[in-house]
Amino acid sequence: MLKTFKIGGVHPPENKLSSDKTIEALPLPKTVFIPVAQHIGAPSAPVVKKGDTVKVGQVIAQSSSFVSTNIHSSVSGKVTKVDFSADSSGYPKQGIFIAVDGDEWLDEIDRSEDLVKEISLDGPEIVKKIQEAGIVGLGGATFPTHVKLVPPKGMKAEVLLINGVECEPYLTSDHRLMLEKADEILVGIQLLMKAMNVEKAVIGIENNKPDAIKLLGEKCKNYKGIGIQALKVQYPQGGEKQLINAVTGKEVPSGGLPIAVGAVVSNVGTAFAVYEAIQKNKPLFERVVTVTGKGVEKPSNFMVRIGTATSELIEAAGGLPENTGKIISGGPMMGRAIASLDVPVTKGTSGLLLMPAEESKREEIQPCIRCSRCTSVCPMGLEPYLLMTLGEKQIFDRAESERIMDCIECGSCSYTCPSNRPLLDYIRFGKGKVGAIMRSRKK
Amino acid sequence: MSITVVYTIVTLAVIGAAAAVILYFVAQKFKVHEDPRIDEVDEALPGANCGGCGYAGCRAFAEACVKASDLGDLNCPVGGNDTMNEVASILGLEAVKKDPRVAYIRCNGTCNNRPKTSSFDGATTCAIASSVYSGETNCQYGCLGFGDCFDACDFDAIVMHPETGIPEIIDDKCVACGACVDACPKSLIELRKKMPKNRKVVVSCRNQDKGGVARKACSVACIGCSKCLKECPFDAITIENNLAYIDSDKCKLCRKCVAVCPTGAIIEENFPPRKVKPEVKKETEPVK
Repeated sequence: MLKTFKIGGVHPPENKLSSDKTIEALPLPKTVFIPVAQHIGAPSAPVVKKGDTVKVGQVIAQSSSFVSTNIHSSVSGKVTKVDFSADSSGYPKQGIFIAVDGDEWLDEIDRSEDLVKEISLDGPEIVKKIQEAGIVGLGGATFPTHVKLVPPKGMKAEVLLINGVECEPYLTSDHRLMLEKADEILVGIQLLMKAMNVEKAVIGIENNKPDAIKLLGEKCKNYKGIGIQALKVQYPQGGEKQLINAVTGKEVPSGGLPIAVGAVVSNVGTAFAVYEAIQKNKPLFERVVTVTGKGVEKPSNFMVRIGTATSELIEAAGGLPENTGKIISGGPMMGRAIASLDVPVTKGTSGLLLMPAEESKREEIQPCIRCSRCTSVCPMGLEPYLLMTLGEKQIFDRAESERIMDCIECGSCSYTCPSNRPLLDYIRFGKGKVGAIMRSRKK
Repeated sequence: MSITVVYTIVTLAVIGAAAAVILYFVAQKFKVHEDPRIDEVDEALPGANCGGCGYAGCRAFAEACVKASDLGDLNCPVGGNDTMNEVASILGLEAVKKDPRVAYIRCNGTCNNRPKTSSFDGATTCAIASSVYSGETNCQYGCLGFGDCFDACDFDAIVMHPETGIPEIIDDKCVACGACVDACPKSLIELRKKMPKNRKVVVSCRNQDKGGVARKACSVACIGCSKCLKECPFDAITIENNLAYIDSDKCKLCRKCVAVCPTGAIIEENFPPRKVKPEVKKETEPVK
């Protein structure tokens, strides 16, 4: 029996259309819009102004607090304006517009493909460099990586878990990265281990990627302390708490951080970014993005510069299919539909999913029939039907005591509901309100 | 009469008497002294428990009135001045006359004026939609049309207009309780001074984008051109963040601003139709 997390979970059709497509570099865009808030935490402050010339890799927005991170230019050219523009939510966010001119990189960046195995820096230096390179969790949560590597006082990390699960249907960016950059990822993992001072790392990979399991399983023999754990295909195994449970069997306490059970989780993409930042001096300004969907002519995995407009990716994948009903940034389960094609790729964009109209429409909402399927699939052991009602009726004190803040917003409840009830919509709403209440109480 | 019946009656009578004595002393011991005027004031209030006064209900408001030394800050918008006069006479205080107010929804982004650019597929409440994204049009400030204000209104004073998709306030039913004001996540609804015959001159827009952007999103958006500001003889108009605002307490309903507004963002309501002036031909000097 393969390992997986203990409670709940669903297994939606995998639809990994682009898993055999090698990562291609997307042609340089003509302009980019780089938002200054691409991570969880305080937005960074722009340090360039209109008319400045920037090079690839140059810091264009400086991190303003510990839980924040630098933003680097992904292209070379001229800053045309520092202004507000709509992000994927449609609300305007501050960002930097750059008109691309050539492709001139900072001199210190090592652009060669050679693998650098020797680790010359010590732990704190690695953490500092990760912070400077603007690395955030590339699995989608975009939490600044350097914050994770420094455990709170009195806590000690014992194991580093590397998330190569990619449990979202359709997405293949992590899968391809594992196949094409296996050594780089493994060196990146060693760097993370050194930064955290742990002896052991485990890469969790779902069983639907046997090639990645085989390749990394062979290669990791050359690296001390790194192991592979094949996992049963089950959504949302890529969730931090689910992965910890699946690999170590431990359960993160309600409201606690993974470090409470001695674990720190990082994505394979993050490990690769760490490798590039430390060994190649290359800050985080590009990432792998899967462009996929059933109507898409050429489902692909692109290496994309941050700030590239969504429309360019779609163009490169063969154009927008005629019957597209929804464009989702991220996977079908946790991704968000975007309202405009001008939305830029950010550090958290793992994929673009073009859903045909007939599949994207939500079905008519029916009354709850008390079948309790949502409860049985909830990976956090919550009662989604109840939390939905509490959100709907705005009974926030009860919602808090029913652990609404433990919800990881995986959407398994909404996916499985036979009455098509928008469970997660209301729970997310309730979470927002309860979170605000809890913050105001602390003050 | 059998002896059993007598015993029964006697026993019950004794228990009853004992219980009465206990209850009497308990009632004395735990007696809550309440100002009898609270009941009187409560009686005078409308009893809608809408919370428009800012208190948890009519009873709580009555308690606050009795405690207060003057009624300046206390107002029951539902009952209006009549109710407050009555309350004042019960308490022997002076009522402060307040202008009656009425809610107004400051958005005219109907389907024709404000084209849809995307469609929202999630749970149909404004609160959720606005927390997820800016809305189905390019105007992030405008009405979402899912009717949270309609749901919040306890007085049937709001209807969702079936054609425009935007809620409308029925002035005669609105009691200015402010429930809709709190319910609107876009802060579109304002309580404005009630004018004679429900006449209104309002900037029906909340768009704070620059003129060009606002106009592109919605044909009747306020572009902040400040023509109305210059025209207003009563200093009732202010412009902030590319958005004009007419202070209903200063406005004298002269309608000069309506005439100059280039986008039609300023709306006049319940006025008799304007008399069409016969066109006077401008005397132009012949060009030499």
